[in-house]
Amino acid sequence: MTRPRPRTPESESETRNPTGGGATAMRLIVPLQGVVQGRGGLILGSLIPCALFYFFQLYLKRHRSPKPGSNPTSPSQSSSNLPDLQRSSSRSNLSSRGSIGPVQVSSRASSIARPNDSPYYIGLDRVSEDPYHRLDNPNGIIQLGLSENRLCFDLIEKWLSENTKDSVMGRDGGDLSISGIAPYQPSDGLVEFKVAMADFMSQVMGRAVSFDPSQMVLTAGATPALEILCFCLADPGNAFLVPTPYYPGFDRDMKWRTGVELIPVHCRSTDNFIISITALDQAFNQTRKRGIKVRGILISNPSNPVGNLLPRETLYNLLDFAREKNIHIVSDEIFAGSMYGSEEFVSMAEILDMEDIDKNRIHIVYGLSKDLALPGFRVGVIYSFNESVLVAAKKLTRFSSISAPTQRLLISMVSDTRFIQEYIETNKKRIREMHDLFVEGLKQLGIKCAQSCAGLYCWADMSGLISSYSEKGELELWDKLLNIAKINVTPGSACHCIEPGWFRCCFTTLSQEDVVIVIERIRKVAETCKISS
Amino acid sequence: MTRTRLFRSRSSEEKEEEEQQQHYSKHNITTSTGMRVIVPLQGVVQGRGGLFLGSVIPCALFYFFQLYLKRHRSEPKSPPPQPPPENSGGQLAEVSVSVLPRSLSRVHLTPRSPGGPAYVSGRANSIVKGGDSPHDVGLRKALEDPYHQSGNPDGVIQLGLAENKLSLDLVGEWLAKNAIFGEELSIGGIASYQPFDGLMELKVAVAGFMSQVMKKSVFFNPSQIILTAGANPAIEMLSFCLADTGNAFLVPTPYYPCSDRDVKWRTGVEIIPVPCRSADNFRLSITALDRAFNQAKKRGTKVRGIIISNPSNPVGSLLDRETLYSLLDFAREKNIHIVSNELFAGSTHGNEEFVSMAEIIDLEDLDRNRVHIVYGLSKDLSLPGFRVGIIYSFNDNVLAAAKKLTRFSSISVLSQRLLVFMLSDSNFIQQFIEINRERLRRMYIKFVAGLKQLGIECIKSHGGFYCWADMRGYIPSYSEKGELELWDKLLNIAKVNVTPGSCCHCIEPGWFRFCFTTLTEKDIPVVMDRIRKITETCKSHS
Repeated sequence: MTRPRPRTPESESETRNPTGGGATAMRLIVPLQGVVQGRGGLILGSLIPCALFYFFQLYLKRHRSPKPGSNPTSPSQSSSNLPDLQRSSSRSNLSSRGSIGPVQVSSRASSIARPNDSPYYIGLDRVSEDPYHRLDNPNGIIQLGLSENRLCFDLIEKWLSENTKDSVMGRDGGDLSISGIAPYQPSDGLVEFKVAMADFMSQVMGRAVSFDPSQMVLTAGATPALEILCFCLADPGNAFLVPTPYYPGFDRDMKWRTGVELIPVHCRSTDNFIISITALDQAFNQTRKRGIKVRGILISNPSNPVGNLLPRETLYNLLDFAREKNIHIVSDEIFAGSMYGSEEFVSMAEILDMEDIDKNRIHIVYGLSKDLALPGFRVGVIYSFNESVLVAAKKLTRFSSISAPTQRLLISMVSDTRFIQEYIETNKKRIREMHDLFVEGLKQLGIKCAQSCAGLYCWADMSGLISSYSEKGELELWDKLLNIAKINVTPGSACHCIEPGWFRCCFTTLSQEDVVIVIERIRKVAETCKISS
Repeated sequence: MTRTRLFRSRSSEEKEEEEQQQHYSKHNITTSTGMRVIVPLQGVVQGRGGLFLGSVIPCALFYFFQLYLKRHRSEPKSPPPQPPPENSGGQLAEVSVSVLPRSLSRVHLTPRSPGGPAYVSGRANSIVKGGDSPHDVGLRKALEDPYHQSGNPDGVIQLGLAENKLSLDLVGEWLAKNAIFGEELSIGGIASYQPFDGLMELKVAVAGFMSQVMKKSVFFNPSQIILTAGANPAIEMLSFCLADTGNAFLVPTPYYPCSDRDVKWRTGVEIIPVPCRSADNFRLSITALDRAFNQAKKRGTKVRGIIISNPSNPVGSLLDRETLYSLLDFAREKNIHIVSNELFAGSTHGNEEFVSMAEIIDLEDLDRNRVHIVYGLSKDLSLPGFRVGIIYSFNDNVLAAAKKLTRFSSISVLSQRLLVFMLSDSNFIQQFIEINRERLRRMYIKFVAGLKQLGIECIKSHGGFYCWADMRGYIPSYSEKGELELWDKLLNIAKVNVTPGSCCHCIEPGWFRFCFTTLTEKDIPVVMDRIRKITETCKSHS
């Protein structure tokens, strides 16, 4: 681009005398400059090239190829890379034309394949290498980072040992029932299973809502359920607002393959980490200013990692906000049945049932991994009121459907109302006992937890133990807990929490004896921290 | 808006605003001098530059402006931009209240509300709308009104789904005999979180099964296996890992109709069909590949790989050793990947030998990291309901990325344990493979003979659950339209659902895929009778 030339006396005279001889050639070559030095003077001379340059930049930015990593290997590289190439001489007649170098994978794959950098995943990996066992490996790492519920395995085991064979193969066994599990089945789940799941969800939520099986799409876990919704609701470059702290897996589920962004909306400990509409509104406007389109809000209720519930009033406000901005709400209610407090859980579906409002912006995610403690079975649910989303999601389940024998087994398990009733009650009781024990143990160490009433974890405030009030300080404590105390917890920064010093501790993989050991291990670190400070 | 300000105030903070206004102003080109003050661009236009500059500059500006608008345009169906808060007065509130019946308690928020339906993403819309190829229509029709010898003798006979029901009885017997649940299973081993990419035990068992199915000609390394919930996500995952949005794969046609979904839908990757012809028995030619590659390059599309199916679906032919070598050389020359879909490797019925891409790689010590194999238990173990797909890759990056992506597509651990038991029963597996192959061959011979009696020839095939039949003689016009007319007659009059070649992107009209493994031998005469009715009327027309 031609920048305006300084106003030399020469160009001044040129302005006065448009037919000036020597300058005409120049004027032809750089026509813009003619404009610059014409009647518009300095203002136009700077404005026009600036404007042109601005749009040109914009154009370049938009058209720039995605990532340097995906550059094609050009033929000229062949000679330098020849040593890499070992091949049979029989085909060497072709290789002379060959442009060889290592073959590239896609840039999205290379970014996914990179080693984990989130402490959440590093911790999980460390535990799987060196897991604690009371007898076999008493110095191993104790897992408090994975929200998995092992408190009621005995109940499920008993049921399985009595019923498995009949459920999978049918009571008649043999020829007839093989056709129920071996051939192709609808990829979005068996209708019988949807009916059973609808009833189970309603039972888990205390019969406050009823679910319509035809609005349900079943997927191989809640993780793909979220991803499919994200594919259906947003295009690459669009964004979801997510109140923080949020479950670290959202970053993978919502962003990796979809190209969608997550905009954190910060909640604070002074509000007990309940989302405020003002903060949402602010984030929405800021995002829009950046030219990014917000397509929805993603909430988890009961919240993961805090464990609190969204009050009815907040749900109404969220709905109003979504309606006002014309965006979607994805409500992750996967812990709906894992309650231990006295507060009442209100599902987004219940709010919709009561008000006759436009429902097609509401989508609920559920699964059996938490409430029925069967993450290995990979059952997720999309419950949506939006016809288009249901149709698209149904088609997308070809990439994530549940194995038929598992569905058959779960149909009988989930339809066994007596078993389920007993299970839900016992499970709640055991989670409560475990929660009380664990939180009490932390309290004795001077660690307080955020007020919570659901989930398989507590959200502990260890800001008194961190060396500096920053993410760095928090990660130092996390590192000590992992490597010295040998317990794996999830630091708040992995959950995008804006206040340092908060940690998520999952307690449902422990036995009561383990709690004592965990508290003891934390005490050691806590004491050294207090001394040094 | 005051445009005259442009000449009066020139402070730097208003520069940006001025720029904006200048672009808006280019629309108002008039001749009057008064206007010239208002529209500064016009000053330029009518100034020294004369007609030339006067047209070039606004054109350039307008071009970039258009480009900018096009890039920033919200999706076609998005709501209009919201009115600024100060404009949205009382009348707007009244409108939205009448549109949105809601509880009174929340009315105080509505005045700002634009309402309107919530929009789904553009990609979801295209998935919703682009759904119904004849392949889908036929499958649905056969599902809604399925033929049953006694229950529904007038129903649609399914010849459109590559599913093997010939040996289901064997699997059923095994499941009934083996009390696999209970003592052998510990709850911790099935209920809790397990690696998303599959249990190591199952990987070992599957590697053994693959090797057994390929007659022990290859050895598979379990650590190079990633298990997914079916072969569809395996292909999709490879597409994600090997290509970026806008890149392309070369795929020889005719190809399996659902490849379009698996490769393209969510990944944004393109498929470039490379036509094969009946004159070559639909064999793949490197010349055609090369031509397609160069054309794509000319169009500016980056080709990242080739996807082949071997045994081919829908033709049923096998790729011979020489072709595989040439493919590898081609891929090396262009520095691209090869995805070899070997889903039907164990379902061969001819005497030709199946050669896996893995075998070629084993024999030659060449750069392996461009070869990726897709396999599954849906076809060769006839268990599509179990949803087990396999990625077998020699590329560490692909393995690492795919391992992480299996969080979106993992197999129920319960089913995995069940399969570990089943696949470890080597007696049963050996017997199953042999009996299944024998039954497949018998069915193939009978079915093809039946078609031959009607005067319909098939390409000689050696693998798969289907034959690729030449019905060019029966289509009313030699075009896709003629082919679909015949397909429609077959579906609605003869009530047999077959897959027309156009769904497989076959370049020559008149070819159809018939899957015969969902039939019993007793069904064959019924199918042939139904087809005959149509072929007879078609002949008399022409």
